[in-house]
Amino acid sequence: MIHTTNLIKNYSGNTVLDIENLDIPKGQSFGLVGNNGAGKTTFFSLLLDLIKPTKGEIISNDILVKDSEDWKPFTAAFIDESFLIGYLTPEEYFYFIGELRGQNKADVDALISQFDDFFHGEILNQKKYLRDLSKGNQKKAGIVAALIGNPEVIILDEPFANLDPTTQIRLKGIIKNLAETKGVTVLISSHDLMHVTDVCERIVVLEKGKIIKDLATSDATLKELEAHFSGAESA
Amino acid sequence: MTLKHFINLEWKQYFRSSYWQKSMALNVLLVFVALYFMVMFLALGIALYPILKETFPEQDPLNIVNNYLFYWFLADVLMRFFFQKLPVMSVKPLLTLPIKRSKVVHYVLGKSSFSFFNVLPLFAAIPFGVMLIANGYALISVVFWVLTVFVITLIINFLNFIIESLSSETELSYLPIIAFAGGLFAINYFNLISFTNLVSNAVSSIYETPLFIAIPILVLIGLYLINFSKLKKQLYLDSSLKTKTQEVKASNLEWTRKFGDAAPFMQLDLKLIWRNKRSRSSVFILVIGLLYGLFFYPNPVYQDQPWMFAFVGIFVTGIFLINFGQFIPAWDSGYYKMLMSQNIKYKQYLKSKYTLMAVSVVILFILSIPYVYFGWKILLAHFAAAVYNIGINTHVILFGGSFNRKKIDLNQRAAFNYQGTGAVQWLIGIPLMLLPLAIFGASYFFFSFEIGCLVLTILGVIGIIFHQKLMNLITEKYLDSKYKMIQAFSQDN
Repeated sequence: MIHTTNLIKNYSGNTVLDIENLDIPKGQSFGLVGNNGAGKTTFFSLLLDLIKPTKGEIISNDILVKDSEDWKPFTAAFIDESFLIGYLTPEEYFYFIGELRGQNKADVDALISQFDDFFHGEILNQKKYLRDLSKGNQKKAGIVAALIGNPEVIILDEPFANLDPTTQIRLKGIIKNLAETKGVTVLISSHDLMHVTDVCERIVVLEKGKIIKDLATSDATLKELEAHFSGAESA
Repeated sequence: MTLKHFINLEWKQYFRSSYWQKSMALNVLLVFVALYFMVMFLALGIALYPILKETFPEQDPLNIVNNYLFYWFLADVLMRFFFQKLPVMSVKPLLTLPIKRSKVVHYVLGKSSFSFFNVLPLFAAIPFGVMLIANGYALISVVFWVLTVFVITLIINFLNFIIESLSSETELSYLPIIAFAGGLFAINYFNLISFTNLVSNAVSSIYETPLFIAIPILVLIGLYLINFSKLKKQLYLDSSLKTKTQEVKASNLEWTRKFGDAAPFMQLDLKLIWRNKRSRSSVFILVIGLLYGLFFYPNPVYQDQPWMFAFVGIFVTGIFLINFGQFIPAWDSGYYKMLMSQNIKYKQYLKSKYTLMAVSVVILFILSIPYVYFGWKILLAHFAAAVYNIGINTHVILFGGSFNRKKIDLNQRAAFNYQGTGAVQWLIGIPLMLLPLAIFGASYFFFSFEIGCLVLTILGVIGIIFHQKLMNLITEKYLDSKYKMIQAFSQDN
């Protein structure tokens, strides 16, 4: 589904991302971990063509991301709050995104009705603008908005941060379901090793822009990751 | 020493803000404006006495000045309301530190008395006082007169904060203050209560019996204390420091469907304009823009200068276009990243903005038809200007927008808010206003008024005919600067 080759991003001489080769097959739930500044968000921004690669390319579903815009219809993302439109209500925001993705009101309603327990009664019909919601609730709205319009690739940056424990558990269920039953390729990044190992079939560790581990998740994975990061800390 | 720390923090906040570093030119301009006012006031202070003496030889200049003080104070209240804000430091981080709340409040209030608005009157009052003394007025009395003016200025300073906090609690924004000032003015004007005399007598009696200055000083202390207790109560996270939440006012915008595939963006734009402070005020500016013609047309001097009509026409019919258009696409800067990763066509996005601006020109033209009262030539010029606005200026301003690199925070208020203003906004004015004026002026000069109107109209029609082509060009320009815009808009300033 997503092929990355010789991808390099430099900022004023410093290389922040350098991925020689990374293939993510369709329907995989893919986790990206790494300390601050490892290049996770940079990679996601490149996937969304929000920044220009210094070298190399990403091909998503046979489409060259940096040249064509045809990857947009099947790709959805929630990177941070700047993806939300603060002066809309959550419902208006969902309908707006739906409209951009060719979904009518009824389609959007049908989709968001599946997330009632995820929203926990704090999103819909609140008569509040998105800018006035708490960080956690904003995140919930943003994540669900990324699911509108049956995208084949979903990119979520730090989806677990700021969420309460109940919502974290529900989100894990949602992500697993997407990859397993609907064949959606899900890319997430997280600082929480436990959550990633729970959710992702495959985990890639980035350090200073380079891939240093590429693991198929098993029972031993969490231990291995913990050992790696505690070692990295002392080094 | 806490005060030293406060000042130090404040200094760093000011000079380390990227805003300061980026917009040197704007700061220089502001300094020049300030200098200009200082010099003007100084000149006024020095020249006032001789001028009054010469124009009204029978009257006492001091008396005349006292008679006008009421208007001065009223104007001061109004000016401050729109331009002065309580200098609240970013107090949030200080709340958990071992600093007394009252100290923070005293500092904030104390700092406000050094505002430019308080110092400025002194530039006029002191030289005027010196002139009075030089002309044989009693030294002590004059000193107390200057002091009185200063104390009243400070009273207005603190009164303003109370008015502001009251009006910010209601949704009416500047309606109460206008009603208040207008009411005072009217009562005075129709002589129901003569505030002019009241103020004049009060100031004169202080001049004669300096001891009376205790009264304004007591008022000042009272206002300070009210401000103090008000502010102190608000220094909690859940009161004023919390950003206000607004009740949603949803409206049905289904009618925008008529505009086809640009409809979702039109709805978004309309909500953007109506639900955010900064953009909403650009709607209020419409009223001012519409009335702009009244400055010119009733004046017989301009009646013989028809070349002005086209300029006024461009302004009157294009006020929304200029106000809204100059910040495209910065209005959407907060969520620009999202828009760019969505499944959208840039063209639809821009088309929505174009349609909004074009419709606004038509509406403003219709609203400006009553100006025909001042002559049919005005109507003709406005029509030509409106066509020119739709055909040329909309495209020019959209094109200029692709050079916008400054983020706008929609929630900040508009008056004296230069956020998002860069060189683009100054430069775009040249093709926008001066070019049509030059074209019109030249054809008026060489041919006639009618030919001038015709030329503007033809240019506008050409623009409308090539609309699709122009939009494609503009779209390309936006695509070119996509990465630069994303990067610039994600930076806080």
